[in-house]
Amino acid sequence: MLLLTCPNCGVTAEESEFHQGGEAHLRRAGPGSPDDAFEGYLFTRRNPHGVHFERWRHVFGCGKWFHAARCTATLEVFGTYPAQTTEPPADIVAAIRAKRPDWEGFR
Amino acid sequence: MSEAVTALNGARYEGIATIAEAPLGGMVTLRGDLSGADLGAAVQEAAGVAVPGRRGVVAEGPRTALWMAPDELLLLMPYAEAPETAAGINAALAGRFALAVDVSDARARFHVSGPRAREVLAKLSPVDFAAGVFAPGEVRRTRAAQAAAAVWMSGEEEFSLICFRSVARYVFDLLSMAAAPGGEVGAFD
Amino acid sequence: MSTRLATGGRLIDRSARRRFTFDGRAHEGYAGDTLASALLAGGHTLLGRSFKYHRPRGLVASGAEEPNALVGLGAGARFEPNQRATTTELFDGLQAVSQNAWPSLDWDVGVVNNAFARFLPAGFYYKMFMHPRPLWKHLFEPFIRRSAGLGRAPSERDADRYEHFYAFCDVLVVGGGIAGLQAALAAGRAGARVILLEQTAHWGGRSPVDGVRIDGGPAEAWINAAVQELDGMENVTLRPRTMGAGVYDHGYVLGYERVGDHDPAAEVPRHRLWRIRAARLITATGALERPLSFAGNDVPGVMLASAVRDYVVNWAVSPGDRTVVVTNNDDAYRTALALKSAGLEVPAILDARPRAEGELPEMARAHGIRVETGKGVAKVRGGRHVTAVGVCAQAGEGAVLEEIACDAVAMSGGWSPVVHLWSHCGGKLEWDAAQALFRPDPDRAPTGHDGHPFVATAGAASGALQADRAMADADENMKNVLQGIGRKSPSRKPPKVESAEEAPLAPVWQMPQGAGPALRAKMWLDYQNDVKVSDVRLAAQEGYESVEHTKRYTTLGMATDQGKLSNINGLATLSQALHEEIPQVGTTTFRPPYTPISMAAIAGEARGPVFQPLRRTPMHEWHEANGADWEPVGQWRRPYCYRRAGESRRDAVHREVRNTRNALGLLDASTLGKIMVSGPDAERFIDMLYTGKMSTLKPGKCRYGLMCDENGFLMDDGVCARLDERSFLCHTTSGGAERIHGWMEDWLQCEWWDWQVHVVNLTEQFAQVAVVGPNARNLLERLGGIDVSKETLPFMAWTEGTLGGFRARVFRISFSGELSFEIAVPASEGRAFWERLVEAGEGFGAMPYGTEALHVMRAEKGFIMIGDETDGTIIPQDLGLDWAISKKKEDFLGKRGMERVNMTSPDRWKLVGLETLDGSVLPDGAHAPAEGLNANGQRNTQGRVTSTYYSPTLGRGIAMALVHRGPERMGETIAFNVPGRTPVKAKIVEPVFYDPKGERQNV
Repeated sequence: MLLLTCPNCGVTAEESEFHQGGEAHLRRAGPGSPDDAFEGYLFTRRNPHGVHFERWRHVFGCGKWFHAARCTATLEVFGTYPAQTTEPPADIVAAIRAKRPDWEGFR
Repeated sequence: MSEAVTALNGARYEGIATIAEAPLGGMVTLRGDLSGADLGAAVQEAAGVAVPGRRGVVAEGPRTALWMAPDELLLLMPYAEAPETAAGINAALAGRFALAVDVSDARARFHVSGPRAREVLAKLSPVDFAAGVFAPGEVRRTRAAQAAAAVWMSGEEEFSLICFRSVARYVFDLLSMAAAPGGEVGAFD
Repeated sequence: MSTRLATGGRLIDRSARRRFTFDGRAHEGYAGDTLASALLAGGHTLLGRSFKYHRPRGLVASGAEEPNALVGLGAGARFEPNQRATTTELFDGLQAVSQNAWPSLDWDVGVVNNAFARFLPAGFYYKMFMHPRPLWKHLFEPFIRRSAGLGRAPSERDADRYEHFYAFCDVLVVGGGIAGLQAALAAGRAGARVILLEQTAHWGGRSPVDGVRIDGGPAEAWINAAVQELDGMENVTLRPRTMGAGVYDHGYVLGYERVGDHDPAAEVPRHRLWRIRAARLITATGALERPLSFAGNDVPGVMLASAVRDYVVNWAVSPGDRTVVVTNNDDAYRTALALKSAGLEVPAILDARPRAEGELPEMARAHGIRVETGKGVAKVRGGRHVTAVGVCAQAGEGAVLEEIACDAVAMSGGWSPVVHLWSHCGGKLEWDAAQALFRPDPDRAPTGHDGHPFVATAGAASGALQADRAMADADENMKNVLQGIGRKSPSRKPPKVESAEEAPLAPVWQMPQGAGPALRAKMWLDYQNDVKVSDVRLAAQEGYESVEHTKRYTTLGMATDQGKLSNINGLATLSQALHEEIPQVGTTTFRPPYTPISMAAIAGEARGPVFQPLRRTPMHEWHEANGADWEPVGQWRRPYCYRRAGESRRDAVHREVRNTRNALGLLDASTLGKIMVSGPDAERFIDMLYTGKMSTLKPGKCRYGLMCDENGFLMDDGVCARLDERSFLCHTTSGGAERIHGWMEDWLQCEWWDWQVHVVNLTEQFAQVAVVGPNARNLLERLGGIDVSKETLPFMAWTEGTLGGFRARVFRISFSGELSFEIAVPASEGRAFWERLVEAGEGFGAMPYGTEALHVMRAEKGFIMIGDETDGTIIPQDLGLDWAISKKKEDFLGKRGMERVNMTSPDRWKLVGLETLDGSVLPDGAHAPAEGLNANGQRNTQGRVTSTYYSPTLGRGIAMALVHRGPERMGETIAFNVPGRTPVKAKIVEPVFYDPKGERQNV
């Protein structure tokens, strides 16, 4: 059971306080978008063996969403950051690079 | 107004800790920019307390401010004062992006007290309740078994726990079971 | 025979007798006994029957690794099967029964399987599946069913209580032997928060039994001092009788505390599950001795050498008068010495090694014990008990050189570190060829949330088997651990441990080396599952190369002991058969729990009334007192109907419908979701949530709205009220409030975070009552305080004020087609308000009604219900709700999804009403078949029933259904399949059955 730190309220808590929300940094495809973009938005998800970005909500805590950068193979958490961003912030990217030098990078 | 009652009519249980449903209290949810000076002034003026820092609790007599989220406070006061407190804050912050709502009837509050109170709570919530780790001045939102709850210390050996009103019976039963005689753990002795 | 010795027994208190029964017969033991030691002291060497062949089985071990001595414990609501006698502390009144034997342990019918053993080889069950099916059904299945299963399931609800406890620490030490104690001392002295778990009731592990000396005195003195020091540290929690059960991600460890097992009269929780978060875990879990594989090694009386020693030293029980020791290492000589010093006979030590000249063998010789090197056991004589062993040369094929009469055999095939906890969360092992064991590889430890290793080992669990090395290992590893968490370890030297220097063992996987098939078929690897050397070799011969496959094929290492004794011997046998090295074959996966833990401990408090949160409205007790039949709606309990004396549920529902249509009904609608959406951007946000244009709603007005997910699928509906210029109150379904609130927060926090909108879930703030029926307005006027006239409060308007003295919001909305008001009051006043309505409504024929009457009335009006007409694949257009979808809005959630080809296809199933030709009620979910078959060869269908009721208003069955191109087929008759009946014909009609013009609600 994972241990995560909510960047919004600062609490480090076990997974049972959180709700997992799937892949982070999806781009919404709204009306007028081509079929393949809409399909990608709705159904296509990465499933990497390694560095991954996920949405989490501190549902039994402050109620806020945040993102976690995590290794799906070792479950190491590189960092968590507020959800109000379209890509992982620089400090998170740096933390990942330090631990996983051969990471191909975000997108 | 006189017909207002708590969810469990002041239910009480005495075991290795005392579980007591608190009388009706006023509660106001305030959403807004907690760092704003105008919000701070409005809260001080209408609710009589300062705005707490992250996960903080500020108590002034019957008035308490609980930090619930980066943009949310829960203000506690006597039951009758809640509507005017909410109205006062809304008036003071008119035109700003802030919202105060009277939620006095949405929750139940329990006092868990006695030297074993920490142990009783630690049976239900994945939170470190050790003295020195969990101390007065902090509010922790978590779960009590399967129900959402917020816990803070409202006295030297007294914790306050709030949950939604509909699960008051569930939470009271949980706390009572956890406080049943013979359930001493001794982990914090 | 086994018996109690006149003196000794470090764990028993001879002044405190304990009475118990085994298979109904009275026995006696002492405080400090285990059930196993007490039975053995009473001469009981036959304790059970094996799983497959029903062979007689006695004790092999003295602790958690025991595979044989499983019993049923307790009676009635406290009965529990498969309890190990070796880990059951004796108490007064203990009741135990043997398992797996019929009609009795002594005369077991199932033993006939033993005679047919050669027809029940490895993979027997799998192979039988291949035979003609009739054989399976009539011959094999009945046979397997009779013999399957271990123990008997309890038949009553568990009478005990159980609980969880969440604990946090810097260092968790599992195992209270000298290594664990030393690790805890080091961490405690360094100021870390420490929890130390020990599965037994005693500290110190094996050292006192093995005669280890620490700091110049007996180990016990040092152990007592260590425990005392730890007990005095505020930062250390000591927990005996608590097993480290499982290790999980990010330092999560389960501890299984048996609080009340040893004293059932105490009013305490029986088990407590410790849910521990530890920054670092130290496994000081010791090692387990391995059996030797020789023919007849399962005959009662053949035991592990360490267990024999334990019974003699700890409990003063001699497993036999004449014990032959057979070994491949020095440690087993301690058993011979212990037996000798207890005054018992050791006719010989058979040492498979060519030479034995270490400290311990020399001591044995000095005590006059005959030591035979290069020798082994060819076979054990005896059926229900050992009578003799045949001695052979280990290097040979098993020719018996000599028979030695004996009544016990103490065997030792070396030791395996307990690596389970290390391995649970991914710790890897390395093969130590010198000691012939798998030990944790410190370079491949399990890693935690920060990527750092969080598990370390101490003592024998590291592979440091000799006591002095174990202590040094614990000290060394603990220094590193403390450094890793930023703690300075006190600069103290570890205690000085004196332990006999042991010579290396010689790996022996089969005894004798060249044993043929006949002997191999009597060499047991897994006692519990009856797996022999011959079975594993057969598996290899049949192509099973993976150890995991071999495990499943042979059942090696399955069931309650999970191969604690058999794993290493089994995989060594497999590697020999495959002509591969042991590390290449590898081990099976170690999974939690270490030994079985009770289901009730896992459930903790979550049983009975608090199995899950039951949500209650403020009027819950009133409903309960007034005949409510409950219906679960999410976690809420809502009255389905209120039954009066002599009424069936059906009667009650019909009465409630008629009364509401004709007079006045009251519905507790408090469970409806009530979510406030407020802020400068509330209009913009609300228009994204609803499919319709909600922003045009004027304050004081209400409008019905739909919410869809991004697929366009309908997920919730309800009435939205405009509170003021920048605030809306969104009513959701009862089950949808939390989900929709979360949905709103998700969009606001994660997509449109620059929009200025606040969302507050007010569901629980208000009690809500629907006052419904022709007399509804009369009742509200009787209460007084708010003008509810048609002019002031028209349909789909709301107002607020004081109603009969209650602060109230009154919404004029209707889900029944009748004149209807929904009134929200503060939840704290909900009960009083409800009672006022009931009382004031008496003259108007007011009656409460439940959810079923609500459903019937909404179906009569053709109103859809989320979850009935929708199933997560239905778009609003399917339900004829096109009018609620804005064509002007550029965007709303679900708009793009609805534009997909399949959603706009004219071939979709759409909502219609159904009238059965015979007036009967269609079953819910009934399908209408169509011509032809689909691609899977199944019959095509053209529609299905989504809601179906008997309408007391119309006196006939009515239904709503989704039908292929339904609205184009008005008046057509189609048939629905009904199980066990001829298909029922129904006419397709408009879904509004009652008052289609809506005149009744507009009065």
